[in-house]
Amino acid sequence: MLDATTKEIKERASGGVINPAKTCQPIGAMYAALGIHGCLPHSHGSQGCCSFHRMHLTRHFRDPIMASTSSFTEGASVFGGGANLKTAIKTIFQVYNPDIIAVHTTCLTETIGDDIPNIIKTSEIPEGKMVIHTNTPSYVGSHVTGFSNMTKSMVNYFAEATTPLKKEQVNIIPGFVNPGDMREIKRLTRLMNAPYIMFPDTSGVVDSPMTGEFQMYPKGGTTQPELIDTGNSKLTIALGRFASSDAAEQLDKKCKVPAVTLKAPIGIKATDALLMTLRRAFVSDVPYELEEERGQLVDIMTDTHFHFHGKKVAIFGDPDIVTGITEFVMSLGMIPVHVLTGTPGGAVGSVVGSFEEDIKELVDQAGLKANIKAAGDLFTLHQWIKNEPVDLLIGNTYGKYIARAEDLPFVRVGFPVMDRSVHSYMPIVGYRGAMRLIEMISGALLDRQDRDAADEDFELVM
Amino acid sequence: MAITEEQLEEILAKYPSKLQKNRKKHIVINNADCGAQPIEANTRTAPGIITNRGCAYAGCKGVVLGPLKDMIHITHGPIGCAFYTWGARRNKAKSDDPTQNFINYCVSTDMQESDIVFGGEKKLAKVIDEVMENFHPKAITVSATCPVGLIGDDINAVAKAAEERHGIPVLAFSCEGYKGVSQSAGHHIANNGLMDRVIGAGDLEQASGKYPINILGEYNIGGDSWEIERILSDIGYQIVSVMTGDGSYEALKNAHVAELNLVQCHRSINYIAEMLEIKYGTPWLKVNFIGVKGTSDSLRNMAQYFGDPALIQRTEEVIAREVARIEPLMGQYKKVCEGKTAFCFVGGSRGHHYQGLFGELGIDTVLAGYEFAHRDDYEGREVIPDIKTDADSKNIPELHVEQDPNRFKLKLSPEKMAELKAKIPLSYYAGMHVDMKEGTIMVDDLNHYETEEFIKLLKPDIFASGIKDKYVVQKMGIPAKQIHSYDYSGPYAGFNGAVNFARDVSMGFASPTWNFIVPPWKEEPLLTGTVNEEGVA
Repeated sequence: MLDATTKEIKERASGGVINPAKTCQPIGAMYAALGIHGCLPHSHGSQGCCSFHRMHLTRHFRDPIMASTSSFTEGASVFGGGANLKTAIKTIFQVYNPDIIAVHTTCLTETIGDDIPNIIKTSEIPEGKMVIHTNTPSYVGSHVTGFSNMTKSMVNYFAEATTPLKKEQVNIIPGFVNPGDMREIKRLTRLMNAPYIMFPDTSGVVDSPMTGEFQMYPKGGTTQPELIDTGNSKLTIALGRFASSDAAEQLDKKCKVPAVTLKAPIGIKATDALLMTLRRAFVSDVPYELEEERGQLVDIMTDTHFHFHGKKVAIFGDPDIVTGITEFVMSLGMIPVHVLTGTPGGAVGSVVGSFEEDIKELVDQAGLKANIKAAGDLFTLHQWIKNEPVDLLIGNTYGKYIARAEDLPFVRVGFPVMDRSVHSYMPIVGYRGAMRLIEMISGALLDRQDRDAADEDFELVM
Repeated sequence: MAITEEQLEEILAKYPSKLQKNRKKHIVINNADCGAQPIEANTRTAPGIITNRGCAYAGCKGVVLGPLKDMIHITHGPIGCAFYTWGARRNKAKSDDPTQNFINYCVSTDMQESDIVFGGEKKLAKVIDEVMENFHPKAITVSATCPVGLIGDDINAVAKAAEERHGIPVLAFSCEGYKGVSQSAGHHIANNGLMDRVIGAGDLEQASGKYPINILGEYNIGGDSWEIERILSDIGYQIVSVMTGDGSYEALKNAHVAELNLVQCHRSINYIAEMLEIKYGTPWLKVNFIGVKGTSDSLRNMAQYFGDPALIQRTEEVIAREVARIEPLMGQYKKVCEGKTAFCFVGGSRGHHYQGLFGELGIDTVLAGYEFAHRDDYEGREVIPDIKTDADSKNIPELHVEQDPNRFKLKLSPEKMAELKAKIPLSYYAGMHVDMKEGTIMVDDLNHYETEEFIKLLKPDIFASGIKDKYVVQKMGIPAKQIHSYDYSGPYAGFNGAVNFARDVSMGFASPTWNFIVPPWKEEPLLTGTVNEEGVA
């Protein structure tokens, strides 16, 4: 497996990528748009883009991912895609009848410079329907940037400050996470007695129930009135700098809703920070139910610390997720040795800081040293591991090749996970998500210990 | 079961008027009384329609080039296109020298904004150099994505310069996603490149074994090719190369020594098959290794072609042995499947091939179609002269080959060829239409809306298609079988494949999970009748 990867690291200065740890913007925009109720994402580009994105999202969620395409031909690429998009808008409303079409661009349409707002303005849009757009040039940032851009567009198109006083409600931008995570974040917020609007919210859309009927626009998703009302909230909590900060800042600019960016609430510290923020904002104490959960988590962490303490870990994936996981494994006494994301440092023009600095700060505080890289690839990560072996690999499905090549226990977290199921329903956020992470980490390590144990060392109780 | 023209009109009525007319030409209700029934295919999908189609890049790099294991395939473009064609198609490959098996690697130039503005040629050249330094492959391909053609990067010049620097073939493919109307354009572009630069580049003048053949249009999804090779090797054929499942540059360059080319997926590879016949005089045989009958017929046709009595006898022995072995297994699954109906909508050939296997299980295909096929795949190759090439397909270059002055050799006399052509599909494909029953429907480029409508009308028991519509259909309570990726199972080709398919399809029907869709409280009123009765009393 991956036998052509050598231990010797030869400098690669081209900027090319071998075995990517990111993909392109449009898929993130498509995913975010699915988090609007009654919305059909539309890919303005060649058919292949839409097909690839639907394929990948479907494989991750195992649920219908509906989206349409402008079906570019060479003619459209030369003369511009205005006619294609107008035809598409007309056809979509007539045939598929969504409330909202969310257009995102592709490298093709960004390169030829199609003016989307103008095309939308001159399109036939039925009464009461809406077309929104975001620019997602595939040659900038990553899929996380695309998610961030579509979320920001939701603010641009919908958010309105209509009340003289801000309402006692909080906007929560969950970031590029699974619907299971979104449900858990909403549960925590409800338990904190904080009225909220989560956007985007793909729960109830890409984890829809089996009923014997196909619903093109399932029950879930942030509704249009909710999106408008985000401008009246007294606070926006952006979970994750890379996926969520831009939209929160935009909401502050547009509607004067103060924004606070927190880490994705993965692990005990980040979950504490979310609850403390809500507690202060709503002067509402943490209920016993959550205090109990936290206590259970700490109980588990303590009881099982010898399963993972001191183990070396390599972590890769999307920056907000990787940051959360890194912080949590350190809370468990593990040592992050290699930490890598494919997403470049921070989106262009955004308030997002540097992934490398974030991680460095975390490991520095613990007096540790780690290989840290943004805009990295899995070829680099594999070579790092060959040079400095680890006990565990944490990342998305693509890590399985490295895990097999190096015979490493492997915990699947993030996007995409295409070779295991149920993960999109189960949270990794909050205290309960942290328990699940421990179960996965400790299970992977103990399975390995069992596998490698001699008969006489094979233990009943561990 | 069949639908009427009126019902079809009703479905189409939802479309804007221009689209109504357009879609009508892509849908045919099979009716022998109508004589030839032309279907429109390989024309553009209307913008806004939720289609299953992909792009030229997907057909070129994703389908045809990707499986070639000893080459590094560089995608020149932003990151997505490379990412989505990385391990996504299940084209398995193994190699005696694992350091030269690059099937699990994904290389992209990861174009950034500055590359779009200032051009990406220099970056591509550097990436090629790094690939050489790290991997030392025998050959490299470069596939272009949408922006590459738009900004005018000359990938041919970069490839040529790299060849001179490194002394290995570096093949450039201008398969930008907007070319043509589907993956099909990319298949053609890849075929041209492989024919032009790889096939025939080897020194071999003669095959080393008996009955040397190539298998074209077989991508080894889920190990299909390995099952086919098992059977063919057992009979005594020498497999010179497979295009391109588990294929290699090393094998492909000597593909010219084969004496017969088998064509499994007609759509994606018929260009090479035709060109091999012109250049080297090697005829091609349309085969179908899906299903017991398809496999047996194909094996018999191959034996007839070579005409050696010993080969014919060995063929019969192997068929008899295999059929005897699998028949009881198939019989057991047939009991589960018998009497059911299917939709079969797949890429370019499987939409046809799997109908046979469904039939063997007692499942009638009531609707079938292709995502990206041409008219000949529906109606047979005789319609090729009548196909009008529209503006969208004209930009795909035709590669014109000529007889190779040294290597051209007629494998059969013209008389023998004519005699065989009357009996077996030699250099001929009859298409899907002839194998479909009266009243069944052919739909080209079936889209989401039509999928829903046809399902409501025809209520199939199983829907064979791809990942994008799988869960749509399953939400309706109908099992959906992925025929692109086999739902991560396989092989489905050959004798063992037929059993695997029968098992998986039966599993889809028999799974107890379908029984839980309706919760018990939906079937029992909250208040039972007793209260009321007592009240009355």
